[in-house]
Amino acid sequence: MSLVTLRVNGQSHEVDIEPGTPLLYVLRNDLNLSGPRFGCGLAQCGACTVIVDGVAIRSCVTPAASVSGEITTLEGLSRDGQLDPVQQAWIAEQVPQCGYCQNGQIMTARALLDSNPNPTDAEIREGMQGVLCRCMTYYRIQKAIKRASRETAAASFRDGDTPASEGAKA
Amino acid sequence: MSDKLILPRAVEAAIRSVNPATTRRDFLKSSGALVLTLSAGAAPVGKALAQAAAAGPYTDPDYLELDTWIVIHPDNTATFYVGKTDGGQGTGTAFRQMMCDELDIAYDNAKLVMGTTDITPDQGGSGGSDGIERDGWPMRRTAAEARRVLLELASERLDTPVTGLTARDATISVTADPSRSVTYAELIGGRRFDIALSGDNINQTTGIAKVKPVQDLRVIGQSIPRYDIPGKVEGTNSWAVDVKLPGMVHARNVKPPIAGATLRSIDESSVSDMPGFVAVVNRRNYVAVVCEREEQAIDAARQLVVDWTPPAEAPFPASDDLFDYIRDTAPTSVSDTDDAGDPDTAFARAARVVEAEFEVPYQGHTAIGPAHALADPSDGQMTIYSNDMKSYGLRNGVAAFLDMPRDRVRVVYMDGPQMYGRTAADDVGFEAAFLAKELGRPVRVQWMRDEETAWDTKGPAYTFKMRGAIDGDGRMSALEYDARAIDYNHVNYNEPDTVLIAQLMGIRRENPDPGEAKIPQTQYAIPNRKMAASVISLPLAWETPLRTGNLRDPDGPQVTFAYESFVDEMAAAAGADPVEFRLDMIERSDEDPRLRRARSLATVRAAAEHYGWDSRPSPNPRMLEGGGPIATGRGIAFTHRNGTVVATIAEVEVNRETGGIWVKRLVCAHDCGLVVNPLGLTQTVECGMLHGLSRALWEEVQFDAEKVTSVDWATHPSLRHADTPESVEVVIVNGDPNPDRPDLPHYGAGEASHKPMIAAVANAVHDATGVRLRRVPFRRERVLEALRAYS
Ligand code: FES
Ligand code: FES
Repeated sequence: MSLVTLRVNGQSHEVDIEPGTPLLYVLRNDLNLSGPRFGCGLAQCGACTVIVDGVAIRSCVTPAASVSGEITTLEGLSRDGQLDPVQQAWIAEQVPQCGYCQNGQIMTARALLDSNPNPTDAEIREGMQGVLCRCMTYYRIQKAIKRASRETAAASFRDGDTPASEGAKA
Repeated sequence: MSDKLILPRAVEAAIRSVNPATTRRDFLKSSGALVLTLSAGAAPVGKALAQAAAAGPYTDPDYLELDTWIVIHPDNTATFYVGKTDGGQGTGTAFRQMMCDELDIAYDNAKLVMGTTDITPDQGGSGGSDGIERDGWPMRRTAAEARRVLLELASERLDTPVTGLTARDATISVTADPSRSVTYAELIGGRRFDIALSGDNINQTTGIAKVKPVQDLRVIGQSIPRYDIPGKVEGTNSWAVDVKLPGMVHARNVKPPIAGATLRSIDESSVSDMPGFVAVVNRRNYVAVVCEREEQAIDAARQLVVDWTPPAEAPFPASDDLFDYIRDTAPTSVSDTDDAGDPDTAFARAARVVEAEFEVPYQGHTAIGPAHALADPSDGQMTIYSNDMKSYGLRNGVAAFLDMPRDRVRVVYMDGPQMYGRTAADDVGFEAAFLAKELGRPVRVQWMRDEETAWDTKGPAYTFKMRGAIDGDGRMSALEYDARAIDYNHVNYNEPDTVLIAQLMGIRRENPDPGEAKIPQTQYAIPNRKMAASVISLPLAWETPLRTGNLRDPDGPQVTFAYESFVDEMAAAAGADPVEFRLDMIERSDEDPRLRRARSLATVRAAAEHYGWDSRPSPNPRMLEGGGPIATGRGIAFTHRNGTVVATIAEVEVNRETGGIWVKRLVCAHDCGLVVNPLGLTQTVECGMLHGLSRALWEEVQFDAEKVTSVDWATHPSLRHADTPESVEVVIVNGDPNPDRPDLPHYGAGEASHKPMIAAVANAVHDATGVRLRRVPFRRERVLEALRAYS
């Protein structure tokens, strides 16, 4: 066992774990976060997705000890009691069925919009291609991503300055 | 962070926080013989009192007591307790709407609790898309009865006859003088109704009150957003995977590497030095490894050295040989037949005869989150935290399996991944309970991805052989239908002698389930018929990963693919437009003309009209024009599922160079009677269609002669974002011959739109290319092969 320090959702945590322990189990079982979920353990489905320094990664195949950056989980997306625009769009479009996969969908969509605030339909399909939903909510997910993109653009236009991507990360 | 820790106490506090200070059982014990009789219709609850004296901790809520279903709180809100579960189809929201409407309380002032066996009455959990169609009725009637009782209490309090009172938003006022009013809370808040209900079974539960006519409904029919969605989006929802218990350990199964192998020996020393090791548990061919931490259990289960003896005989043919096997094997039983008229004469007189075969492989549930459960054996009881859609069955099955009294076992139902039938949530619940009892500690079990994909129950594989006659008038005069499904020893829900752990332990029931193969509902006028469906068995019937169990509309997608493809083929043979051909056969059918026929016609017409269907035969005569690789076509399929009627039109683009199919547009006309929540219905219909699309394009269980080889998302592909149609349109139809009737029933959704999807895609591909796809799924290589064979 060895001590590993993780920065998660703005807080520091020290955990005593075997070096190879995948980040997923540390987040879920040591830090009691429930956003990232086990789906395959093989980097194939996206259910375990978290954002590290703006990039969506698969925590099921990422050793916790290898992560030095700031980790954001689904629980950490909201800012000052305000849901992230992606989460707001998800509720407005009534996306989930069972909801089990939606952590991966939302986190991947957030990272996608951070790198490309105004994606085309084809870019959404491509950017989300690796995140599976067995309830088949894809149609509403794609609508929600477009809505989040639109509404973020409208909000930053109203605010007059910050581009959407920086606003979301701030 | 600690407030996110999901302890069962927090779970139960959340469930019970809406309850009065005392639980029902405590109330019964302390209240002695005190029984309020509020009206002529109320009977004493003596039976419940007698039971309470002898009760263990987890007795069954009595569905014949109004208090079991509805509690009015001192703050003038209400909680409803129903015996259902919601896998994300929005039934919880719909049930709450139904009960609010009958009770006359605002939607926001009520809560709904579902599916926990000692708190909510046993309505069987979910299954068969019958939640709204069947189970909504006792909910409506009990809520109506509560309203009736409240009106009587108010009548006394306000000294006004009930006919002079108005109930609205949990307040009853004198109609002629609204300033005189009393709230539900003032009448009964925090106290019991003590009203007995009647009904021979829970589905018939009723009081004296009648439900409202449709014209008086205010909450039903509204597109209220689902109450469970914000928590699922914000990360604040409590899932069955999240529950943590002090002292809990983690288990992983080790399955036989070859189906039918028997365990020779286990080398426990191969893992006993691993960090966190707790135990290897073994009974005959059931093996599990238990460790303190989850990742330790995963590693240890992978490393455990187990010696297996392969079976003497191959357990099954390889999937490549499966359909030949089905055709060449003698059936174990004939499960369904339909004979009418004189098919031989009709064929002899036919203007055209068409013959066709179709094949559908095994398809699986393959839940996105592998099966999981946590079992707590504390205090000699057993509590299982599970997302099993049939929590009551899990409770009863586990009690029988562990030989525990039922009232010492309960299931706390919580959210989890999709539940479209008999999933491995059943199996893993038994495994967790068994291991918890063995170790005397709370045990959490979750299956691994390959285990879930290989060993979860499957929808049966089918072959179909059909022959049809077109008469001189261009009508379908005869049909021969011969279907065969591998479904022997079909695994039902939560049976203590068929769950996987029981099988692996060597438990065998004397009479395995004979299984079922289906013939289609005769929704069309086909006067001469000879139809039969038979069941086939594999060499290995037990301890096999190829075990069949209900998967979303268990035989519907397979049978409807073959039947509606063949009807399309007959339309093409007759040179008729596929929609008109169907409408003509519906019009002449002997279905109940007032109801089913009218609704069928309305639904097919609504789909065609909304799509903008132009009348012409298939395939598209202009399909070869243009010369580019993309061919476009449209196809329709129509079916019933219980009381619901559905017609789906798919528009496809087929790439003739790659064999790729993109379903660009989907239109579904859907008549499920009275719609409780149009938004929730639309979402569920969309997802039912896309799940059907996934089965049409991608899903297939593959195996060699030893084991399943499609074990993850690479080897077992599923629909993805890129496959998503550009447009998915749901048209809500009310085709009732008397659409405004006050007792318009509410039928189900969820499975209906799933059922015709494969057929609609196949028919559209035929329209686009002239090629009839006869083998599911329509993966590129197969489509390309069919295109090449055609040209
Ligand atoms: S659980 Fe990590 S990608 Fe599936
Ligand atoms: S919402 Fe159920 S798996 Fe995506």
